[in-house]
Amino acid sequence: MALALQTFSTVKDANAALKAAGTRYLGGGTLVVRAANEGDVSVSGLIRSTEPALSAIIVSGGKVRIGASLTMAAIARHPDLSSLAHAARAVGGPAIRNMATVGGNLFAPAPYGDFTVALLALDSTISTDDGEVPIETFLAKREDNHAIVTAVGFGLPVDGGFRFLKVSRVKPKGVSVLSIAAVLEQAPDGTVSSARIALGCMADRPMRAKAAEKALLGRKLTSDGIAPALAVASDGTSPITDPIATAWYRNEVLPVHLGRLLLA
Amino acid sequence: MAKIPVQFTLNGAEKAEFIDGGTTLLNALRDKIGDTSPKGGCHQGTCGACSVIIDGELRLSCLTLAETCNGAAITTTSGLSQDGVLHPLQRAFLDAFATQCGFCTPGMIMAAKVLLDHTPDPSRDDVVEALSGNVCRCTGYEPIIQAVLTAARSNSQNAA
Repeated sequence: MALALQTFSTVKDANAALKAAGTRYLGGGTLVVRAANEGDVSVSGLIRSTEPALSAIIVSGGKVRIGASLTMAAIARHPDLSSLAHAARAVGGPAIRNMATVGGNLFAPAPYGDFTVALLALDSTISTDDGEVPIETFLAKREDNHAIVTAVGFGLPVDGGFRFLKVSRVKPKGVSVLSIAAVLEQAPDGTVSSARIALGCMADRPMRAKAAEKALLGRKLTSDGIAPALAVASDGTSPITDPIATAWYRNEVLPVHLGRLLLA
Repeated sequence: MAKIPVQFTLNGAEKAEFIDGGTTLLNALRDKIGDTSPKGGCHQGTCGACSVIIDGELRLSCLTLAETCNGAAITTTSGLSQDGVLHPLQRAFLDAFATQCGFCTPGMIMAAKVLLDHTPDPSRDDVVEALSGNVCRCTGYEPIIQAVLTAARSNSQNAA
């Protein structure tokens, strides 16, 4: 089926064009073109914007703003984002990382969207022409979002404060069994003073492990210290079942991998 | 719907075609231009058989719309040999028996070429990582990894 691609120099004009029925925004193509290849007839037109701000990374004063068109490869090689490189490299193989954008990753259904798990742990904000919203709010209603995502913003974690783990069966790269990202802060005595943990594949979209976060507060990152958090790691999860793993399996192994991440 | 003009450089030669909107680069190369070296495997971005090099970066031609490649420089495996002499990667794949059915081979070679272009002396881990988006159902990967390492050594010897 023929697809009309329209390119606009501004996000404003692209947003206006996206109001037409059947149109989708084209980022790197790894979701939308794939859908068209699979015969998704709901896509009849593609819209994209070449506005330069969509391809800019700004790191200033401990704050990061990544344009939505930036690819995983660009993030992985950016010298100021080395703490996130591991999470960006977790997405696909080299060719996919040269195409997949941070904006598109926000819409990737489980078992994909590993970088969004990192963004959720980082307490990101999502920018559109309508303003900024917390990532949790955005993810909860992402199907209803009709404005082009222009950027994601977050505070750079302190050295060693950001942890990320992707578990897959195929090495070195494969589809996720699950992924976990955590931003931890510790008091001088080693106890956890702040914890934000995000999970991938444990629901249809990235989710917070709020019970585990709460159980970590005031605890040391030792086997005994993290035990209460691991005991509640699966609270509120609703994992996907796919050819990679069943929901039961994902729930069974989540505490094991969360434990490894916390003790690393 | 009106046809859309596209123009790019393919393996050093200027190409211009009229295509339908939404035509993937893979289909444009194979069905319009006649370069059948990129293979259509999964059409989902999973197998890597359609890999090509666009402006120096490895991309999946099955997920790239041809009209987004206007003005680009595209390299495919069919453009590697020069005057009938195989590229060191092609020679190494033959010598190491790194190709059985051959379907994945053009994508593997494209991924390997990008690696060697940027990392002339790769480690085994570098090779495994570079090929991690390409699926082979025949060889078990080891002959392919060895072929890429052999081609790297061949390149460095030729450069010495």
